[in-house]
Amino acid sequence: MHKGTNKKPAETPGIVYFNQTLMTAPYLVWALAFIIIPLLMIFYYGLTDKTGAFTLENVIAITTAQHSKALWLALLLSLISTALCLLLAYPLAMILAKRSVSQQSFIVLIFILPMWMNFLLRTLAWQTLLEKTGVINSVLTFLHLPTLNIINTPAAIILGMVYNFLPFMVLPLYNSLTKIDPNVVNAAYDLGANGTQTFLRVIFPLSIPGVISGITMVFVPALTTFVISNLLGGSKILLIGNVIEQEFTQASNWNLGSGLSIVLMIFIILNMVLTGIFDKNGEGTAL
Amino acid sequence: MIKQCAQKVYIGLIFIFMYAPIVTLMVLSFNNSRTRAKWGGFTGKWYAELFSNRSIMQALYNTLLIAVVSAVAATLIGTVATLSISAMRRRSRAVFMSVTNIPMLNAEIVTGISLMLLFITLRVKFGLGTILLSHITFNIPYVILSVMPRMKRLNPSVYEAALDLGASRVQAFFRVVFPDLLPGILSGFLMAFTMSLDDFIITHFTKGPGVDTLSTKIYTEVRKGIKPEMYALSTLIFVTVLILLILVNYTPKSKEKQSSGQNGGSL
Repeated sequence: MHKGTNKKPAETPGIVYFNQTLMTAPYLVWALAFIIIPLLMIFYYGLTDKTGAFTLENVIAITTAQHSKALWLALLLSLISTALCLLLAYPLAMILAKRSVSQQSFIVLIFILPMWMNFLLRTLAWQTLLEKTGVINSVLTFLHLPTLNIINTPAAIILGMVYNFLPFMVLPLYNSLTKIDPNVVNAAYDLGANGTQTFLRVIFPLSIPGVISGITMVFVPALTTFVISNLLGGSKILLIGNVIEQEFTQASNWNLGSGLSIVLMIFIILNMVLTGIFDKNGEGTAL
Repeated sequence: MIKQCAQKVYIGLIFIFMYAPIVTLMVLSFNNSRTRAKWGGFTGKWYAELFSNRSIMQALYNTLLIAVVSAVAATLIGTVATLSISAMRRRSRAVFMSVTNIPMLNAEIVTGISLMLLFITLRVKFGLGTILLSHITFNIPYVILSVMPRMKRLNPSVYEAALDLGASRVQAFFRVVFPDLLPGILSGFLMAFTMSLDDFIITHFTKGPGVDTLSTKIYTEVRKGIKPEMYALSTLIFVTVLILLILVNYTPKSKEKQSSGQNGGSL
């Protein structure tokens, strides 16, 4: 999805259908006004205090006990849920990619259709399922099994993250797995590789672009969420997203909120750079 | 054989995982009790009361209005942008595409607060207008990214042939190039519509007091308890989309459309 521009090295400019300046102007103006300038505003607010004087205080504020705890917890939870998404999604994508029948409608059924139920409600429904006297525990008690008490704990937040972001992992994985030429896999078998060897040395390396793109697509929203932690973590567990959200909507301290967002952006950019290194050909098509 | 079975079980488990909350919400929409904590017997009354609940209807109206207008505007701006970007030289094309990728790769919370700061600084009154501007902004990249692959596969000779055969540039574009782009444009529009409909985070930061979409209304209701009418409404929306999907998939004529939709970039 990203870096879609450098696929063909020797691309020449395409056809100019209409007046080029007139065609470029609307999006250029729009992108400047609503993408570039707003981002610069975050840096402006983040690097100044209430009087407008330059300061690094808002960025350094991340080191205070409360903020750094929120950041580390967010990093920990988002890394765990990204790993879980990958573990759950890879076998699924392989199963779907192997079946020769058109899987498009099945994927729509599993992952796209749920999006039409409001995502806040879907996440809230997990409260009903996970509560002490909720659906899952009623079933477990009925079966005389030990009950599951994870609501309002970090474990519930991880579950919410995996639930919400699993599609973002499956779709790029599926795309990259279906692109693998079956002849390459067959060649590996013909040359005497067993199933494990074929997977480790042929299939998995060829699916790396999908893996990378899936990791980016899951990690960024998981790291920055404030909704899932709010709905499933009780209001006691604060992630960095919650802290920033509160600075903007409750404390109205835009400078501090922007300063913390700058820290968050550093992690997002870091993630993009890391994935850029692994995803050299820009093949990781997501969505 | 065992492997086949295991695969089916695995798909089944993921299916249950994805649909357990949805089934829960559907069951709750028939619950004859105001709280979701206990089951008070079966009722259909929330479906009837839904339509007389003015605040929910207003939120639904706002949500649909924003989704339609922002998707149309983003499709127009995005399609024109794709035409101009594909005509650019490599360097400026790369710059434009990186800018396009910013809202997609950046965290939604960052996009949301950046727009909020912009509106605060410009002293724009927060309301439907600010939500609309924000939705158009995050929708444009979806349109560009689904029209671009179509654009790349266009055969330039066809357009030139049309010109040689005496068509004007406008005629040649709309009768030769545009039909080829249409599936990409349509799938971009649908994606933009869906994204706008499901958005909460960016709306949360750019909405004004008193203006609510369904998402923001649900979020403010979380503490007090969600009104059961809301479950009824989302069940209705979900079932409608499900029926539409089934109709589209099982109408024999739609075969061609389906395959072209896939090329345009599947959601």
